[in-house]
Amino acid sequence: MPEINVTPLGAGQDVGRSCILVSIGGKNIMLDCGMHMGYNDDRRFPDFSYITQNGRLTDFLDCVIISHFHLDHCGALPYMSEMVGYDGPIYMTHPTKAICPILLEDFRKITVDKKGETNFFTSQMIKDCMKKVVPLNLHQTVQVDDELEIKAYYAGHVLGAAMVHIKVGSESVVYTGDYNMTPDRHLGAAWIDKCRPDILISESTYATTIRDSKRCRERDFLKKVHESIERGGKVLIPVFALGRAQELCILLETFWERMNLKAPIYFSTGLTEKANHYYKLFITWTNQKIRKTFVQRNMFEFKHIKAFDRSYADNPGPMVVFATPGMLHAGQSLQIFKKWAGNEKNMVIMPGYCVQGTIGHKILNGQRKLEMEGRATLDVKLQVEYMSFSAHADAKGIMQLIRMAEPRNMLLVHGEAVKMEFLKGKIEQEFSIDCYMPANGETATITTNPSVPVDISLSLLKREMALGGSLPDPKKPRTMHGTLIMKENSLKLVSSEQALKELGLNEHQLRFTCRVQLQDPHSDPDTLHRIYTHLKSVLKGYTIQHLPDGTVMVESIVIKVSSSAEDSNAKVLLLSWSYQDEDLGSFLSTLLKKGLPSGLC
Amino acid sequence: MKLYCLSGHPTLPCNVLKFKSTTIMLDCGLDTTSVLNFLPLPLVHSPRLSKLPGWVSKDGTINLEKRELLDLSTIDVILISNYHCMMALPYITEHTGFTGTVYATEPTLQIGRLLMEEVVNFMERVPKAQSATCWKNKEIQRMLPGPLKDAVDVWTWKRCYSMQEVNSALSKVQLVGYSQKVELFGAVQVSPLSSGYSLGSSNWIIQSHHEKVSYVSGSSLLTTHPQPMDQSSLKNSDVLILTGLTQMPTANPDGMLGEFCSNLAMTIRAGGNVLVPCYSSGVIYDLLECLYQFIESASLGTTPFYFISPVANSSLEFSQIFAEWLCHNKQTKVYLPEPPFPHAELIQTNKLKHYPSIHGDFSSEFRQPCVVFTGHPSLRFGDVVHFMELWGKSSLNTIIFTEPDFSYLDALAPYQPLAMKCVYCPIDTRLNFHQVSKLLKEVQPLHVVCPEQYTQPPLTQSHRSDLMLELQPPPMPYRRCSVLNLPFRRRYERVYILPELANSLVPSEIKPGVSVATVSAVVHSKDNKHTLQSVPKPPPVAPSKKRKRVMDEPPVVMTPKPLLSGAVPLEAFLATLQKHGITEVKVEETADGHILHLQAEDTLIQLEEDGTHIVCDNNEPLRTTLRDLVLRFLQKL
Repeated sequence: MPEINVTPLGAGQDVGRSCILVSIGGKNIMLDCGMHMGYNDDRRFPDFSYITQNGRLTDFLDCVIISHFHLDHCGALPYMSEMVGYDGPIYMTHPTKAICPILLEDFRKITVDKKGETNFFTSQMIKDCMKKVVPLNLHQTVQVDDELEIKAYYAGHVLGAAMVHIKVGSESVVYTGDYNMTPDRHLGAAWIDKCRPDILISESTYATTIRDSKRCRERDFLKKVHESIERGGKVLIPVFALGRAQELCILLETFWERMNLKAPIYFSTGLTEKANHYYKLFITWTNQKIRKTFVQRNMFEFKHIKAFDRSYADNPGPMVVFATPGMLHAGQSLQIFKKWAGNEKNMVIMPGYCVQGTIGHKILNGQRKLEMEGRATLDVKLQVEYMSFSAHADAKGIMQLIRMAEPRNMLLVHGEAVKMEFLKGKIEQEFSIDCYMPANGETATITTNPSVPVDISLSLLKREMALGGSLPDPKKPRTMHGTLIMKENSLKLVSSEQALKELGLNEHQLRFTCRVQLQDPHSDPDTLHRIYTHLKSVLKGYTIQHLPDGTVMVESIVIKVSSSAEDSNAKVLLLSWSYQDEDLGSFLSTLLKKGLPSGLC
Repeated sequence: MKLYCLSGHPTLPCNVLKFKSTTIMLDCGLDTTSVLNFLPLPLVHSPRLSKLPGWVSKDGTINLEKRELLDLSTIDVILISNYHCMMALPYITEHTGFTGTVYATEPTLQIGRLLMEEVVNFMERVPKAQSATCWKNKEIQRMLPGPLKDAVDVWTWKRCYSMQEVNSALSKVQLVGYSQKVELFGAVQVSPLSSGYSLGSSNWIIQSHHEKVSYVSGSSLLTTHPQPMDQSSLKNSDVLILTGLTQMPTANPDGMLGEFCSNLAMTIRAGGNVLVPCYSSGVIYDLLECLYQFIESASLGTTPFYFISPVANSSLEFSQIFAEWLCHNKQTKVYLPEPPFPHAELIQTNKLKHYPSIHGDFSSEFRQPCVVFTGHPSLRFGDVVHFMELWGKSSLNTIIFTEPDFSYLDALAPYQPLAMKCVYCPIDTRLNFHQVSKLLKEVQPLHVVCPEQYTQPPLTQSHRSDLMLELQPPPMPYRRCSVLNLPFRRRYERVYILPELANSLVPSEIKPGVSVATVSAVVHSKDNKHTLQSVPKPPPVAPSKKRKRVMDEPPVVMTPKPLLSGAVPLEAFLATLQKHGITEVKVEETADGHILHLQAEDTLIQLEEDGTHIVCDNNEPLRTTLRDLVLRFLQKL
């Protein structure tokens, strides 16, 4: 039995450093190649030695697919391709290809230049790595090689996020990456067709959450920001430069406009301008409303939002600042946080998920005293708010996607084990399909049962169709008989006659003749006619002919009558049939031996 | 498999392919050359035009190259190859009972919408108080002057569609990406391929598991802005339908571009204005890019460039957002991120200005000498009519034709006498005959179908045998209204054997490397997909009194036995008989083989090379034993 193996190297019962190996139909595919935000040591990257102990990965992988530009999905890519060694194709969508190197460079700068780490990938490595990238278009079927094909679907989540359908022969796997089933202010909802994969590998970040409507969350968010501004506080919103940031900017921009607010909104880092530009150029990846109106008014040109300078943080009076990165683990957002943490008038709003080990995670869990580098502690007095704006599917969304794709098996990654367990139960109960949730380094094996594609000769198929009439009758299945010729790699199903011809074989006729003695006081022709009438009444649905040359034919079985010389009442029936009519022939000879019923005329 | 050819215009094709059970329309180009029979529609009342003798100033009417060759409501899908080839879409999808789907790429849809919107806008802003139709009557038409008298099928000319019809037609479009495989009713798979001609332009592959038709329409191998043409996917076609070759086989696009620039510069330097009648999308992007590089060197830095069209802004904006559909160079710019086309910079630096029409802002900001890009290239409607009236009288000005769709002499006819200079530099980037024969050599289709115009040299250059297709076997030509039977023999179809049945098959090796297995299966056909399942076992007969009667029932399902092959060797057969206790066998040699007389059982077996005959009376157990013994030596097929 063919089987599909799925092994997470990261994101197995965990969030962060997504990296999943799939072997399907003899092909090995790596899905995502991310880093873990919560670690600064070896655990930061997936353990590629699982694939091979010695050296390069090129021989062991057919392709690498990156679902979107978040670092927990692509952060380990230059390390994998340039430092471990991989020269095969890396697939990602155009926006991902555009944005990913910028985030990688940013990440590298923070790690090497600020933290002084060595033995890390260089700018040149990022460039070399990106040269191996093959861009993917939505719905385009890319033939990786003769057997392996991949197809990308829209996933929402962030600009350019994609789900991928991987197919080898009649086996297939869908990997969702991160996705979002409800459209938001700038992106559309994920969509996939009814592709019925053998396995659906889904993220499960919000496996147990069913979120209230987006409108309520937005209103809440605006209310909190507004209140804080009113009392003269400063609001810090740690975000990643691309993604949620744009959604929240659109939200605040329209709110400021409507309420005629004057407090400044800043966006940190030089990325802003650039980031918004990406959104303008990749407008086809945003939601329908933005796409429709972009000629008249481009939603990504903000009037109220200005670039941030480090010195502004000490300015008096209220302000709102978007600062990167989103989990408060380094960089500008952390600096501003340290400055503002002491004042209870201020507020920090965490709009997304925070990985364990980050400061974001700690303050969300209510920690009020933080240990900083150099043994200093930081008292957190400002208000900490959490608003789930990160665009992951919630439990409802995951179920909705299962309904869309109709997978035969389900596999959960990118979530916490306890929550996964709960969702697994729900899925198994609702859809009665198996659900797997392998831990990192653990392999889930799913046996598939593919049907075998065969080329049938059209004449055989048409003969079959003609036999059964135009409409198939479910109560009376039609049976088809043919010969399957297996030659090299081709499978052909043809009629037996054609098979003989094609293989250059002679037919061997096997015939049977059987004499049956019968007492019947009639003339020979009468007896024959009596047999004809008898068979007519017994054999319904068979062609029975009384031929003028003194024979009765049942299908292709010949029956003749002669009387013996001594006794004209003792008849001898001669039955002759070929092997192909064996069942009927055998039946007839037994039937006629019993004699003819008397009531026949 | 049949091909119905509804258009005789080789670059504005409209064909219908019947393939397996599907009816597929390939493109629906709109031949608008008939508008040349009409007078221009001026934006401002022109006493000169309305006083021309013998002509009636009339609504722009458009020729629709359709015939009642087949019922348009039976069309399942329409495949669009580029935005120029979809202009007739509203005529087909509206009011014909069409219920199918239209497939096109996103740029094709968006830019196609702009072009339709533009035409509708051009027509609707100069409404006509009256419109005449009586002249279409054959009797009256006969008496009309000039070319109108000779126009064919004027009764098929139709009025321009409305915006509402455009929107309704375009709502039937389903978007596809390059190399996306789209299943049609499970019977046929279609897939668009990049054709390199314009943004989102595509060729189409229409295939089943065993047959492949390629539809090549409007392709280009030149490096302009669109993604390069995908040639390799066209390989192994049974039939290749070839349309949309260059209309200017003798004009080199690069040379024309150079001429365009130098004429433009010359006129401006002499203090004249330049008028470029053009479509709002396509070559204009390349012209602007070329000018962007040319402006500085030709010191045209201060000359204003105007692009006037109701969709000018949209066209310029849309061109910047289709990174996926652009050539590699332009894609790399988007990654930076920078706009892929330099006209963004021209707009930013105020060198290029765009206006929806000559009314409004344009009239106050307009400075001369200048360069104006505007439509429609036929010079019969749109803002271009106004500029012809304005600038036609001065020999300082120049009109430069770049679009190859209309004869420039015919286009200029109603404006004669004309003092302005006319320059004809048609830029047609589509394949020329040299490129196409190279391409065909590469992809090697079994058969080529093309418009008849391609099988002979152009009428005006009958000695140029290089301006036609020469192929072996010769291409199958079509003309308007022909119906071609495509040379196809479908012999195989794909079926799927379900795993349960597949496991139950017993293959036996007939020759080295060749195995056979007999298959008895139930065929399930659903959505044009066939699967083979195991024959369900008959329900077990209830062990009741009826049991005795089972034997009386004739076999319900006729299961024909497989054919047999091989021969029964005498010695080995005798040995086998012996093993089964049949010892008294008398062997008699005949002409074709042997006759075995089983004396104790009074049974005859006739063994021959290609047949075995068992004559056995009244002894069913013996007969079945003998049968099985014979079968041991034979192969079942």
